[in-house]
Amino acid sequence: MDFSDINFSLLIASLIVAATPILLAALGELITEKSGVLNLGVEGMMIFGAISGFIVTIETKNPWLGFLCSCVGGMLLASIFAVVTQIFRANQVASGLALTLFGLGLSALLGQSYTGIKPVAFPDMHIPILADIPIIGIILFQHDFIVYFSIFAVIFVYFLFRNSHFGLIIKAIGENHDSAHALGYKVILIRFFTILIGGAFAGLGGGYLSLVRVPQWTEGMTAGAGWIALALVVFASWQPFRLLIGAYIFGGITLLQLNLQALGLEINVALLSMSPYLVTIGVLVFMSARRNKNSLEAPRSLGKTFFGL
Amino acid sequence: MLKIEPRKNHSNFLEVSAPVIAVFLTMIFGGFLFLSMGKNPFEAIKLIFWDPIMSPTFSEYSRPQLVIKAAPLILIALGLSFGFRANIWNIGAEGQYIMGALISGSIGLALYPLDSMVIFPLMILGGIIGGVLWAMIPAILKIRFNTNEILVSLMLVYVAEQILALASVGFLRNPEGLGFPGSRDLSKYPSAANPELIANSGIHMGVIFSIIAVIVLTYFLIYHRLGFQIKLLGQAPKASKFSGVNSNYIIIFCLGLSGGLAGVAGMFELTGPAGLINIDFNVGYGFTAIIVAFLGRLHPIGILFAGLLMSLTYVGGELAQFMLNIPAAAIQVFQGMLLFFLLSTDLLVSYKISLNLSNLKTKKLKPFKK
Repeated sequence: MDFSDINFSLLIASLIVAATPILLAALGELITEKSGVLNLGVEGMMIFGAISGFIVTIETKNPWLGFLCSCVGGMLLASIFAVVTQIFRANQVASGLALTLFGLGLSALLGQSYTGIKPVAFPDMHIPILADIPIIGIILFQHDFIVYFSIFAVIFVYFLFRNSHFGLIIKAIGENHDSAHALGYKVILIRFFTILIGGAFAGLGGGYLSLVRVPQWTEGMTAGAGWIALALVVFASWQPFRLLIGAYIFGGITLLQLNLQALGLEINVALLSMSPYLVTIGVLVFMSARRNKNSLEAPRSLGKTFFGL
Repeated sequence: MLKIEPRKNHSNFLEVSAPVIAVFLTMIFGGFLFLSMGKNPFEAIKLIFWDPIMSPTFSEYSRPQLVIKAAPLILIALGLSFGFRANIWNIGAEGQYIMGALISGSIGLALYPLDSMVIFPLMILGGIIGGVLWAMIPAILKIRFNTNEILVSLMLVYVAEQILALASVGFLRNPEGLGFPGSRDLSKYPSAANPELIANSGIHMGVIFSIIAVIVLTYFLIYHRLGFQIKLLGQAPKASKFSGVNSNYIIIFCLGLSGGLAGVAGMFELTGPAGLINIDFNVGYGFTAIIVAFLGRLHPIGILFAGLLMSLTYVGGELAQFMLNIPAAAIQVFQGMLLFFLLSTDLLVSYKISLNLSNLKTKKLKPFKK
């Protein structure tokens, strides 16, 4: 085995890049789930965000506009979910699945003439002074805007739920929508809002995938990243900072697997490719086994439909 | 204001008409989709829904295809519907379908070129076992550790796809295949083949099997105690617990049933229409079956018709692709739309929506009379 080809600070830096799509998607889903809505359509919103961002970037040659549109794309798809589950009161699990199937189909349809094209590169933003610190500089301060944004978003969401009144309202609705309704909070309206925010984050994660991480468009390119993001929320017990750690661990595994493939080890390629999914299952088992059934940290009303008006 | 209340009287009429409404809404919105792509919407809808059955030029090819594609969809959706009723969400049927095909395929290939009557039944058994075992992973993890079965069953689809890739370039590759990926053609191996039973009808053993499954499971759902317990667990988990329903047993049963049926569907597909194990063996039946299950309102008879309808969108979609150059992805969008409309019209079936104006007007107080 020859590990000397791997530069460790570059490896960790690219680990952060690899983790950013699932971190963003998972953070959005965390906000949605905190309000008691389980949106299983993350995969669909992500891939739709990926293609909408990609198309706009190719057409306008402006990746910033591309990222904006991947957010809008994710929100657009999320709004369908919001209408179906919040106005038509449909089952959230089934609607989420529908969203994934729909998003995969729609993105494949839109992306037909965009395969094999490279988008305009998204520039890195080297933070002055800090970027020149030997090892830490490469790891932390030579990334692009979206990576910094994702880390700030984690911090923001942490304080949103810890210190703000609005965060408290979201949590109240997620814990018990009937009581929150009785207190006069607009359950449907706020859930609508959190679903859209979740969609925007998932879309941005997808856009990062197609514009920076890969950067190319291929059909079904998310390959389960949205589902891994969902698992990550469970892993993090609905806490933003644990989400950050979890996402970087997953990013690390994905990257390590790719690096090992590139090194041409004796391990089978198929075995390596299935490792992220097996690790996800392992993590889920570990997290659910650790808790006893009554003290799940999940919001109490998660996945339940609110029938009041 | 609008008021939503649970319906007290169950309406059979709405139960049947809601899916029909959803199909019509999908046709209308799908028409707009085709229009936006610069295609004639009426021609496209006609090609998808009418021509595969009725057109003299296409129906000779399309009708058997309709049956061939409907069989796995019906088999998988039947199994899924029982779990969905009990709030047990197996969405990894695609993986169980692959594993069923792999196990049965391995049996058939191991016995090649032996000529025996027992090989085909043995392969059916292998298909069931492969699917059941793959579905037992989320079932046991859910019972033992309370792990979310949605995520685990889905993750296992990706794992199964990797095993399929491994098999088709590795341990199941045709030794006489000049190094190309893919196994021997099982449909050309008489003891393992699943041929058409009536020429040009598309009916093979899997089709017969799925019709039998519809009948057995309809009986089971309506008359068997377990069928009742499954419905009870889904609608009133607490009541079911107090009445002594063992939810662990139902988890095992529902996931086992859906896994077994998906596995056997994979087996029939492998030995008949597909022929050989290859990287592109699975085409998404396991996911489309989710739509079929809901379109059939989770009822076996409904699923029979839903499977045929969904198969029609596949066959008609291919036709539209061929004639009008409408991409296959458009059909996927079409199917996704259908599921959304179905779920939305569900509200009409189980809830009553009424416009309640009384609390908007100020009520006049009647003078008190003695």
